Amino acid sequence: MNNLIVIAALLAVMTLAYQLGMAKSGKQASRLAREKNHQAMHSRPHHHGALVAFWATVPAFAIFLLWSWFAPWMVNQMVIAQLPDHLAQLSGNELNAVLRRISNIANDFVSGGVLADWEIAAAQYYREMQEIAYAIMLALVSAAVALGLFLSYRKVNPALRARNAMEKVIKAVLIISSTIAILTTIGIVLSMVGETLRFFTYVSPTDFFFGTTWNPRFSTVGTGQQGEFGLLPLLSGTLLVASVALLVAIPLGLLSAIYLAEYAPKRLRNVAKPIIEILAGIPTIVYGFFALVTVGPFLAGLGDSVGLDIRATSALTAGVVMGIMIIPFISSLSDDILTQVPKSLRDGSLGLGATKSETIRKVVLPAALPGISGAVLLAASRAVGETMIVVLAAGNSPNLTANPFEAVSTMTVTIVNQLTGDNDFSSPQSLVAFALGLTLFVITLILNIVALLIVRKFREQYD
Amino acid sequence: MTESSSNSTPSAATQGWSVQDKVSASLRSRKRKEKAFKNLGLASVLVSLALVAILFINIFSKGIPAFWQTSMELDIYFDPQIVNVPEKPVQQADESFYDFDNRLQEWETELGFVNFNALINNAIIPLLPDFERSQTRFLTQLITSGERHALRQMVMDDPSVIGQTKTLRLLTAANIDVWLKGNIDRDLPDEQQQLPALVRDWADQLYAEGAIQNRFSTALFMNPDSRSSLASAGLAGAFVGSFYMMLIVIFLAIPMGVAAAIYLEEFAPKNKITDVIEVNINNLAAVPSIIFGLLGAAVFINWFNLPMSAPVVGGLVLSLMTLPTVIIATRSTLRAIPPSIRSAALGLGASRTQTVFHHVLPLAIPGILTGSILGVAQALGETAPLLLIGMKSFVASVPQTPFDQSTALPVQIYLWQGNELRNFFEARTSAAIIVLLMLMLSLNALAIWLRRKLEVRW
Repeated sequence: MNNLIVIAALLAVMTLAYQLGMAKSGKQASRLAREKNHQAMHSRPHHHGALVAFWATVPAFAIFLLWSWFAPWMVNQMVIAQLPDHLAQLSGNELNAVLRRISNIANDFVSGGVLADWEIAAAQYYREMQEIAYAIMLALVSAAVALGLFLSYRKVNPALRARNAMEKVIKAVLIISSTIAILTTIGIVLSMVGETLRFFTYVSPTDFFFGTTWNPRFSTVGTGQQGEFGLLPLLSGTLLVASVALLVAIPLGLLSAIYLAEYAPKRLRNVAKPIIEILAGIPTIVYGFFALVTVGPFLAGLGDSVGLDIRATSALTAGVVMGIMIIPFISSLSDDILTQVPKSLRDGSLGLGATKSETIRKVVLPAALPGISGAVLLAASRAVGETMIVVLAAGNSPNLTANPFEAVSTMTVTIVNQLTGDNDFSSPQSLVAFALGLTLFVITLILNIVALLIVRKFREQYD
Repeated sequence: MTESSSNSTPSAATQGWSVQDKVSASLRSRKRKEKAFKNLGLASVLVSLALVAILFINIFSKGIPAFWQTSMELDIYFDPQIVNVPEKPVQQADESFYDFDNRLQEWETELGFVNFNALINNAIIPLLPDFERSQTRFLTQLITSGERHALRQMVMDDPSVIGQTKTLRLLTAANIDVWLKGNIDRDLPDEQQQLPALVRDWADQLYAEGAIQNRFSTALFMNPDSRSSLASAGLAGAFVGSFYMMLIVIFLAIPMGVAAAIYLEEFAPKNKITDVIEVNINNLAAVPSIIFGLLGAAVFINWFNLPMSAPVVGGLVLSLMTLPTVIIATRSTLRAIPPSIRSAALGLGASRTQTVFHHVLPLAIPGILTGSILGVAQALGETAPLLLIGMKSFVASVPQTPFDQSTALPVQIYLWQGNELRNFFEARTSAAIIVLLMLMLSLNALAIWLRRKLEVRW
């Protein structure tokens, strides 16, 4: 709560500083104009105002952030030093519990129950320390505000290049923002590589990458039993579901794209294209529910009627629904690519007497093939990384099988199952999620890069 | 075609008629193939459209009935004999907050012992003419248990209701709703039914008399999730959780994404580093969402010790996920703005920054808004990364701050589809999906409307 007041105060200071800077430079400007001085203001008053506001608040805010990160740690250390001996020797988690209780007592969150003497004393001390820390913070922040305001206000003069300075600040903000994307990638790679290496201290990489059994055996009892972490059943399940999905999506998506790009009357195209693209915007959990409740039982019934044993939750169910989901990826990308094939190729073929379908099959499609395979690869990377459909509809049983009618499990499902929500990242059972994640990341990265390269090459070819 | 041309090479003049003959003979099959190919294309368009229709019809036909729930209007008499508690404590002038809070809690505990079921039973019994005392224990199966907590809350908020009679509409239990809507096979033998025969008869009788009615219910929107009182389980907690996350996405991902795009498109020199950033952003947009969940679990929860299942972590993860979408949309908008605008501004002496912020950016606002809204809609529907940061736990309250435990709309759908009472929750999950789809649809419609309204063609 108190922190909010500080932030509000800083905002108020910011407005005030802006007005001050603007007023001073405005006065200077009118004086220069009155004196018919040849020297003009370099920057407009609002640039000066912004610069003063920047110096008055941003350093102070940085101090505020640093202090609010540092002070609680400091206070805790001092309270721990103050605790009776038997408590100060407690280990991490127990000590944290004690500290949390003390802070609750200090903030009047605890009602009822009897408080021990040391608890009251510690809470008292804790509160004092907190107040002191707050006071120091206030002092530091006010000093930074005063200093920044004073120095920058004094510097306001006609020759000051306030606009250039502000532009540098803006550019810095822009650069920082664009590095966030890089930082995210680095964060993904680092966090996953770190945890994966820790996982490999429990399980050897060969057992992981070439093992044919997946049976992680939740380590609720420390029997020393390791469990088996073979990737292959999960990889085969992932590929099986993704292949079913592509078998559904490629013909439907590609033929739709061809029809809409080459044959369809304009009105049909304008209606059908956005409707098909709706499929790409539906949340995957909705597809998962649809697969589980409608498609699965339907396919199982269909299997029964022709004498096939199809499980309601199987690779087929998940694959078919996932195929529906990626139809628009294939259709709209192929559509773009088909319309990029130059008209001269078509005209040449038609001029030699080929029918429209012959032109498409023998001239347009071969010319568009690189681009379309890029689109297929992008769709495949979607299918491999898709989670909610397979969580709900693939049956979650890690079998090494090529039969799409059986229940399978995929890498994404297993990641969700292994990271059950307790943030205990010390057992191989939860660390394996990161090894799986890294494998998945690498697979999709390769697919994406190859696809992007192919598509880019194709574009250059016909540009 | 190739065949006939190769045949004709030796002496084209003499065999010319046969080539033509062959061509016209094959013409019929070629035209048939042409037609077949065209129809195949049309068929796949129609199949794709039919799939969209099936998906929507399926979800809507299942979900829409769940917005109506069976409920009963009852005259509840807050009998002082039953609600037998002392007066609600008031803070005395010389009393510390700590002491007052203790007294208040004692009072609330005492209120917790009151048998609010008895109040409900007393209101129902007059409606059942052949009711016998021995059947009392079955009465609680009519009204969902959440309603007695609602009655207690009424007394807690305003003790003056004790002694009064209030006409209230109470939701019936989930099983009654399932029975009356015919979502369970009525011919199943007794041991497979969820309700005893007596309660089923009561339900039918009360429904026929009009005491139980199927009314539009706001419980789905107003209540948090519940496990004990399934009929009143609602989406309020999920709404608030999703709302916090979307706020974080809007205030983090959009400004940062726009800033990054402006830098890359307008300021950055074309060199190796910006090339790397560009490739990196394109790849980041295609990274599976679950990977962002792993990042959140490892970085935000394990390293920074942020709370599990809190909207703040979910918002951060979703922001990172939305960032590339916003960047890509903004860049393509900026690229579409003609260079003449920039040249004009620069020619009149504006600085680079002034050109961008005074002239280019205002023209790009429609495109940026559209892209950002689509990014937010995508984040709203995302489930997988949220599961990994602990959002699959059951939360029965509405989060007060972004740091409290919470669920989100898609996660709530995931949790509900797994509920054991399938007969009731299949419809309720579909209803939740309808709510989610409607929210996303209106975001998309807003984006399209903005684009139409503000779009400038160059």
